[in-house]
Amino acid sequence: MTLPDTLQTSFKTVLSYRIRSLLIVLAMALGVASVIVLTALSDGARNYVINQFSSIGTNLLVVLPGRAETAGSFLGSVLGQTPRDLTLKDAQLLGRLPQVKRYAPLNIGAAELSAANRLREVTVLGSNANLIPIRHMKLAQGNFLPHGTERSAQIVLGAKIANEFFPRSQAIGQRVRLGDNRFLVSGVLAPQGESMGFNTDEIVIIPIDYAQTMFNTTSLFRILVEAKNHSEIESAKQAILAALKQSHDGEDDTTVITQDAVLATFDRILHALTLAVGGIAAISLIVAGILVMNVMLVAVNQRTAEIGLLKAIGATSVDIRRLFFAEAIWLSLAGAFLGFLLGELGSGLIRFAYPQLPAWAPAWASIAGIGVALATGILASLFPASRAARLDAVNALGKR
Amino acid sequence: MIRLTAVTRTFHMGDQAIHALNNIDLHIASGEYVSIMGPSGSGKSTLLNIIGLLDRPDSGSYELDNRLITDLSETEQARIRREKIGFVFQSFHLIPRLTAAENIELPLILSGIAPEQRQVRVHAALQAFELTQRANHRPAELSGGQRQRVAIARATVMRPGVILADEPTGNLDHQIGAEVMSLLENLHRSGTTLIVVTHDRELGARAHRQIGMRDGNIFADRSDDAA
Repeated sequence: MTLPDTLQTSFKTVLSYRIRSLLIVLAMALGVASVIVLTALSDGARNYVINQFSSIGTNLLVVLPGRAETAGSFLGSVLGQTPRDLTLKDAQLLGRLPQVKRYAPLNIGAAELSAANRLREVTVLGSNANLIPIRHMKLAQGNFLPHGTERSAQIVLGAKIANEFFPRSQAIGQRVRLGDNRFLVSGVLAPQGESMGFNTDEIVIIPIDYAQTMFNTTSLFRILVEAKNHSEIESAKQAILAALKQSHDGEDDTTVITQDAVLATFDRILHALTLAVGGIAAISLIVAGILVMNVMLVAVNQRTAEIGLLKAIGATSVDIRRLFFAEAIWLSLAGAFLGFLLGELGSGLIRFAYPQLPAWAPAWASIAGIGVALATGILASLFPASRAARLDAVNALGKR
Repeated sequence: MIRLTAVTRTFHMGDQAIHALNNIDLHIASGEYVSIMGPSGSGKSTLLNIIGLLDRPDSGSYELDNRLITDLSETEQARIRREKIGFVFQSFHLIPRLTAAENIELPLILSGIAPEQRQVRVHAALQAFELTQRANHRPAELSGGQRQRVAIARATVMRPGVILADEPTGNLDHQIGAEVMSLLENLHRSGTTLIVVTHDRELGARAHRQIGMRDGNIFADRSDDAA
């Protein structure tokens, strides 16, 4: 029996047992589809988190006071205090490093904002003009501390705050009171919503000098540093640590977090999650494989007389084994293909329903899903096919 | 030419040994018309299965066309079944999901004959057995006589030298059975060896050589000189 004839004959057989074939293809397809949809979901979540992280800046390093290691036992580590704070002088020092493109010192506090007979508590960021580009924030209108006005009392309002205080009039050019100081509104942030649990629509930004005066401090909460390019992140980190150590009398009392490292960690965790979810979905494929085996065993029993006849008219054991094997391959192929389509359709629907979630199944998951479906289908058919091939012709013919 | 020498076949039913064939010697020349008769359990079907290479003897030797068959591999035996032997069964053994034409085509497919050539030979077979009108009907849509004609067409489409028929008229009424028998006898007239197993005396008597079996032994072997 030639290969094309074997394939064609078994294909006709699959078609003629319509309901049986449909059900088994469906089982296979659901298995493949669940692998694709679930990995698409979890890979989409991974990309979502990574996008969120990237949206807070590129080539970003965060300098914070204190050491990440708690090996030392100075009292401050418990209280969240450190012997030496980060200062504006430190920040300016970092700005002179060759690997650093720009930096933004950062102080955070809360103060009462009042204007136009309205009053509310707001989160106050104190920084310089670089904060906006480093943190990838966008100004809807105006600007913040343009060159030459670094010392003036300017304030940038978050989108929601601007809207609350000046619902009908232009916010820019208005005077507001923050704590005990008066500020001139120079810009309004574009609405960005929540990112990394921090809502930029409800903050105000003022120059760092004013913030330090207002909160009566000389220390900085953070220094945000942007490296010149991606390859210099690591050397920038070393240079920053060295520079601060020198300025802090040889004490290694600062920590530098690179955005890359945080991103890589999240990427690893969520990638592992995708793998795990894909693996769980693959179990349903194994179940489908066992279903294929069961159906093929039933088919061998059902068609005992037919197998006997085929032997009587000259089919070899190899012919019969191949016929049943090819039948299982057709079923698995159809199941894998249909499952792939269903899975792509499913992840497309998820993307449609949640546009911010990039739910694309990774290529490896689709390939693995289809591969596992074919492999289990083929493996599961080996036993029934060889059982058919081994049937004794005389006994098989006797059955009806 | 078929030559069986000292062929024995024993089945085991529980702890009981049943001697289906007991040291049988038999020679059938090419082109003979032989009937094998006997009550059920006499070993006549086992004999037919061994001649048809569906079963292997426990001991003894079997030569077909001067070739020792007993030692051949399974694959070789399948090839001989395909090319030299045609089976006709009491219960037709047609594949229910295939049409008449597709059932007839099966042995050609198994032999790896090209599709165009298959079409020619299936068409010829359908015509020879007056089944052209029924070519695309499934067995369930055919009468008993038509089904057996499809089965005979399938058995002969490879032009085998030997036709083995096991109770070919057992499931047919008398008149249709007679028609089927005359089809088989036509094949014999064109040179094919025809071996018919039956327990119907009238049917057996139509053969030119009649072999009687009982308890695994040949007890009678008569030839009509009129042949």
